[in-house]
Amino acid sequence: MEFRTRDGVAKVLNGVSYHVSAGETLAVLGESGSGKSVTAQTIMGILDTPPGFITNGTIKFRGEDLLKQSAEERRQVRGEGIAMIFQDALSALNPVFTIGFQIEEQLKVRRGMSKADARKRAVELLDQVKIPNAKGRVSDYPHQFSGGMRQRAMIAMSLALDPELLIADEPTTALDVTVQAQIMDLLAEIQKEREMGMILITHDLGVVADVADRISVMYAGRIVEHADVYELFRAPGHPYTESLLESLPRVDLRGQELKTIKGLPPSLTNIPSGCPFHPRCPRAFDRCPTEVPAVHNLGMGRTSRCHIAEEVVARG
Amino acid sequence: MGRYVLRRLLQLIPVFLGTTFLIYALVWAIPQDPFAGKCGQRPCDPAYIAEMSQKLNLNDPLVVQYFKYLGNLLVGDFGTTFNGVSVGEQIATSWPITLKMGIIALIIEAVIGIVAGVLTGLRKQGFLDNLVLVSTLFLISLPVFVTGFVLRLYLGPQGFDLMDTSVSSDPTFGELILPGFVLGSLSMAYVARLTRSSIVENRRADYVRTAIAKGQPQSRVVGIHLLRNSLIPVITFLGTDLGSLMGGAIVTEGVFNINGIGGLIFRGIQEKEGIMVTGIVTLLVLVYLLMSLIVDLLYAVLDPRIRYE
Repeated sequence: MEFRTRDGVAKVLNGVSYHVSAGETLAVLGESGSGKSVTAQTIMGILDTPPGFITNGTIKFRGEDLLKQSAEERRQVRGEGIAMIFQDALSALNPVFTIGFQIEEQLKVRRGMSKADARKRAVELLDQVKIPNAKGRVSDYPHQFSGGMRQRAMIAMSLALDPELLIADEPTTALDVTVQAQIMDLLAEIQKEREMGMILITHDLGVVADVADRISVMYAGRIVEHADVYELFRAPGHPYTESLLESLPRVDLRGQELKTIKGLPPSLTNIPSGCPFHPRCPRAFDRCPTEVPAVHNLGMGRTSRCHIAEEVVARG
Repeated sequence: MGRYVLRRLLQLIPVFLGTTFLIYALVWAIPQDPFAGKCGQRPCDPAYIAEMSQKLNLNDPLVVQYFKYLGNLLVGDFGTTFNGVSVGEQIATSWPITLKMGIIALIIEAVIGIVAGVLTGLRKQGFLDNLVLVSTLFLISLPVFVTGFVLRLYLGPQGFDLMDTSVSSDPTFGELILPGFVLGSLSMAYVARLTRSSIVENRRADYVRTAIAKGQPQSRVVGIHLLRNSLIPVITFLGTDLGSLMGGAIVTEGVFNINGIGGLIFRGIQEKEGIMVTGIVTLLVLVYLLMSLIVDLLYAVLDPRIRYE
């Protein structure tokens, strides 16, 4: 997957691979510009081409390669098989249509429901995402909702066609902390109820720890580490993950200077040679700038793209 | 909402009074004998002057004249010209013709302008985009009377003889299509460009991406989600334009020899029929004010984020 831009070709995604099963939550963790949202948009097939071009790869959903499907088949998968919720619900919802219209539209156009049935179902969905007085609010416009309510409405809309997989692209970034927790709880609850797979894209380690089963850590368009959430927090297998965890403020280390990762994430048009993390890596040695690290298998489904992955994990 | 409408309607009163007074003053306060040249080569008969001065209240001060005129207007009396022709009757026969032509112009500019704007806005660059950009630039830079004369000449019997370009005294819709096109051509170019830039601006909007992610068919993504948002500025433009089309009809009606409001006002000015000019302009002001009120109200309907308290 690459972006052809005026500054050259940006290899946005490279060797990214993950899978999600029903009822499972996979968190995709990474800094801004690491390619997490682009991965999601590639899966959905809503990437703008140009500038985005998928050069090769496969996206398998229920065993079928989405990239080999026709545009019409892919459209049928969107909403019905895979649904997506976005970061900023205010701009993601159409300002000139009511919340009800935007939910009912899915039911009427995709399911052929009658107007009255669609309205009834829309109210039910709003009720499920715990919007108070759903019956009265279904004919409100997005700007009449608060930030948290808007994101709830967005979730209700994504659930309209009972998708098997939900991609949540930083669903709580635009919200304040207390509302964040409510939305994450809601997502977790809905997922459990519906046995739905979920890809949670985020840069928030706290959110990840709460709801994710497994984590893929992305850096410069590739997955550098993949692990079970508990294992990853216990003993990170990649120096990048390690640095991320160290940069978390901790109550027991109050008063000490907070550790940060020095430097900036690389530009995707100019990814460093060898291991892309080497210019910022505290453990870098002579092999790092020249050799691209292979995927190291650390057992129990854990992988890491680091030359000394075993050593990193062992140090815990 | 109701209170807002009431307030706007009340605001119409001072605006109406101000503009009509201005026109009345401009027409009647000229430092010239209003009877000059009205009776052929000879000076007018004193009895006639006395009668007309009485009728037009010419012996009163200007402000009093104005309010007497306004009082007559309110009971539907537009007055009579120096030749004794009723202004009201004249307007009643010409008005429907201009209105018909204005509506044709509005339909043409809306349909062609919006279609061209949407098509070019969706796929930027390429042949179609350049064609629309160049042709709209052409229309915008050409004066309407040039467009009118050229089309009339080339499409008519003296040119390629494609259609009958003459317009009868009581024209049908068919006869008014060409004049309507000429009248609306300038605004059509603006509508095309406005729609195009609005579509370009909105088509990468997040809500469009959401509609695609929902798996809505392309026709609905564009036709419902994108268009509904992009047409807000276009529709407000079209609304105010109907008001200006009426006034702008003077040139077009002249070129095609149409017996509309434009021709009437032109003759009124030429023959120094002040009462004719004030009557028509007052009517045009009223139409314009009402159209802008309707547009303002429409705006709240089109964009629910706008609330009038």
